[in-house]
This record gives sequence, C-alpha cells and structure tokens, in this order.
Amino acid sequence: MAGDELKLLGHWASEWACRVRLALQLKGLTYEYLEEDLDNKSELLLMSNPVHKKVPVLIHNGKPICESMIIVQYIDEVFPGASPSLLPSDPYERAAARFWTTYMDDKLVVTWIQTFFAKTIEEKAERMKQLLAVVDTLEGALEECSKGKPFFGGDSVGYLDVMLGGLLSWLHGTEALCGVDLFNATRTPLLSAWAERFGALDDAKAVLPDIGRVIEFAKMWRAQMAATEAATADTKN
Amino acid sequence: MAAGKGEDLKLLGLDESPFAARVRMALSVKGVGYEYIVQDLFNKSELLLRSNPVHKKVPVLIHNGNTICESLVIVQYVDEVWAGMGTSILPADPYKRAVARFWAAFIDDKLFPAWVGIMRAATEEERAEKVKETFAAIEHLEKAFVECSNGKAFFGGDSVGYVDLALGCFLFWFGAVHKMFGVEIIDASKSPLLAAWAGRFGETSAAAEVLPEPDKAVEYAMKLRAKRAAAK
Repeated sequence: MAGDELKLLGHWASEWACRVRLALQLKGLTYEYLEEDLDNKSELLLMSNPVHKKVPVLIHNGKPICESMIIVQYIDEVFPGASPSLLPSDPYERAAARFWTTYMDDKLVVTWIQTFFAKTIEEKAERMKQLLAVVDTLEGALEECSKGKPFFGGDSVGYLDVMLGGLLSWLHGTEALCGVDLFNATRTPLLSAWAERFGALDDAKAVLPDIGRVIEFAKMWRAQMAATEAATADTKN
Repeated sequence: MAAGKGEDLKLLGLDESPFAARVRMALSVKGVGYEYIVQDLFNKSELLLRSNPVHKKVPVLIHNGNTICESLVIVQYVDEVWAGMGTSILPADPYKRAVARFWAAFIDDKLFPAWVGIMRAATEEERAEKVKETFAAIEHLEKAFVECSNGKAFFGGDSVGYVDLALGCFLFWFGAVHKMFGVEIIDASKSPLLAAWAGRFGETSAAAEVLPEPDKAVEYAMKLRAKRAAAK
C-alpha cells in the first residue's frame, strides 16, 4: 500500500520478533528492520514501548504496536494482502487459535525456560516432564486444528503456524541445550512432520535464525544469569 | 432474553470469579441470554473437566456444543459472533483494537499477579512489594485511560469496551483487598481518573447486574485460605 511506513524493532535471537518477521514475510510487506542492542536499548525503543521496553515493536506510520500476538493480528487485519488471512475466518476457529497461542506463551515457553535454567538434576527432570506434557498437548492441538491438513491453518500457513514457527529455532535447540528432542518423530509425529514442513518453507528459511547461533546465544545467556546470581549472592554475604 | 433461535449458550462460572464476571458482563453488553451454570471449584464437575481439560478453570463458554476457554478469548468471541447486537466491545479501528488488546494483556500479565500477590503474600515484606507492584501497574493504567478514552467516560469511549471489562471485573476484589488489608488499589488521590471511571463503571447495567459485593469476595478469600491451610 503506497505511503505505508513500516519499521520493526527486533533482535535476531528473539522468538517474538521472529513471529512478526514471519508474518511480514508471508504478507510480502516491505519494512525497515532495526536490530536492537538489548543491553543498550535505543531511544526509539524506550519511547515506542515505554511500558515493557521490549522487542518486538512494529511502528506503522509512526504509531507503535507492541506484543507479538497483538502485532501479528494487527498486520493480518490491516494488510489482507496477497496471502490468505492468517487468522481463520470462523469465530470459533479464531478463538481456538487465540487460546492455543496463549497456551504456547504461558506453558510452552515458560516451562522451556524453567527447564533450561533448572539448577539441580531433580529440578531439571521435573521440568522436563512438564515440558514434554505440554508438547503432548500441542500435538493434540495440531491434530484438532489441522484436521489432517499440513498446517495448523489448514492447507496454508496460518496464525498458529506463525506463533509456533517463530519459536522453531529455539525449539530445535532444545536437544543441544536441555538434552531432549522436543518434536520427536515417535512421540509427537504430527509436530515433528509439521516442524520439518514449516522449516522448509522459503518464507521460514528467509527469517528463522540459525539454530547453532541460537544455541550459542542461549548458553551465553545462561552463563550471564549464573554470574549475576553469584555476584548478587556474594554481595548479600 | 433468548440467545437466538436454535442457539444453545451455557456459561460455566461462579459469582466470585472476576474472569467469569468479565464474560457475564460482555454477554450483558450484547444483550445475549445464556444458561449460567455455577461451578464448585473445590469439587470440579465432570462438565467443567470435560469442557476445559487443559486448564480445568472457569469461565468456559459452551456455544452449540463448542467450548471456548480463557476470558479474553471468550469476550472477543462473543463480540464477533453477536456483532450486530448491543454495543461493540472491541474498537472498530485496527490500531485502537491493538491498543485495547495491549492494555487487556497488561491487566492480566502485570496487574492481576500483583494484586493477587497482596492476598497471597506470606510475609509483610512480600505484601509491601506486591502493593508497590500493584500501584506501579495502576499508574500505567491511569495513563492508558487518557490514551484510550479520548476524554470520554470509558476506555471504550462512550460505551463500555474491552479494557473496561478487563479491568472492571476486578473492582469487587479491589474492595475485598481494601477490607482485608487496608490497601486502596484505585486511590482517588493517586489515580483520580481511574477512581472516577470506577464509579461510572459500577453504575453501568452490566456491572450492576453481574458484580457481587466485596464482602462476597472476602468470604471466598477466607474459604480459599482455610482450604490451603488444611491442605498443608
């Protein structure tokens, strides 16, 4: 659309920013991408997202939109575009898409982080059990939503595919980072096939960060957190 | 008022649940009739466990046999399905819609855990911390009110909207927190716009119809506390 100015404030490793980039890519939209240094946040970021000071932020004609779920819905509503609608047209299916996205954010991501940062062997085993239970539930969700078709959205990529797809590099890194193959072909055949199918899409290849890079980044993050905790513990003693 | 010919609409909830109240108020705004099936969360029904196997929580809307869970998801569903009835809950403009969704998410992700934390705090220190977090969230919402209302009575403008429902459902619990801990979450001296809004919201037919007295919430909080203590 002529006269549309789109800027995306993001970070290469951010799964949330990845969701938005996938949506923009699928819609064939042109935008200016600004990589944020999260240790030294830009004025623009702090001004555009004063409440959370986080990426991603989409700035459309000067107006900021925050939170990946909200941004992707906004993109879908404002740019119906060449590709089919990301959100389903049926209100019940739309509700299911929103429900499962909330589940992904509240359960999958949170449990993944707890597993990754678990300090003891017992804690890690417990969290891993919870994580695998969450993945099992998502396998059920994929079966329910896809109805035998290749994607959550049916024949073509939809909202839920984008929401889970944005997390894909991190999810693939789980084997290296937590010692478990999350979308195992035996345990979760549908998700395993979906992950391969989604990852093979040209649009996904254009956007998803390199898994090796994400693994290194995650290890560094964990080391940084451990160092901060140790330093804080020292100052308390 | 009937939901419509051939419509089968049920809501699983309970009076004390602010999230169920959100949905009940949304249905009221739309003028849609439904069967309200009160749940006992200490002894969950087969129907609830079957309808919300993932979270086993209220509210659950059952529409022509289809179940919809999560209060904000349900409210958007209700707004979309009964788009022609009552007043619109979400704004028509996509940008304003994104802003409304942002603040509703903020209310659930930041405000809710903070004020619930006041009630659940194990120590006075922890409680003070949660009070601080709650006031910080309220400060953001005071500014949000200016942004969303555009000088009108509600976040939604002339009529009750998405953010009004998201925040308004907590008002009777804020009353309970005041009675139990002496903390005034929406304090007219700190957040005058929200205090005035709360008064107006309380007088809407949706709120008057649905929101119970704070005493009911206090009673429920005591019951929860007793159950937790007994479980230890």
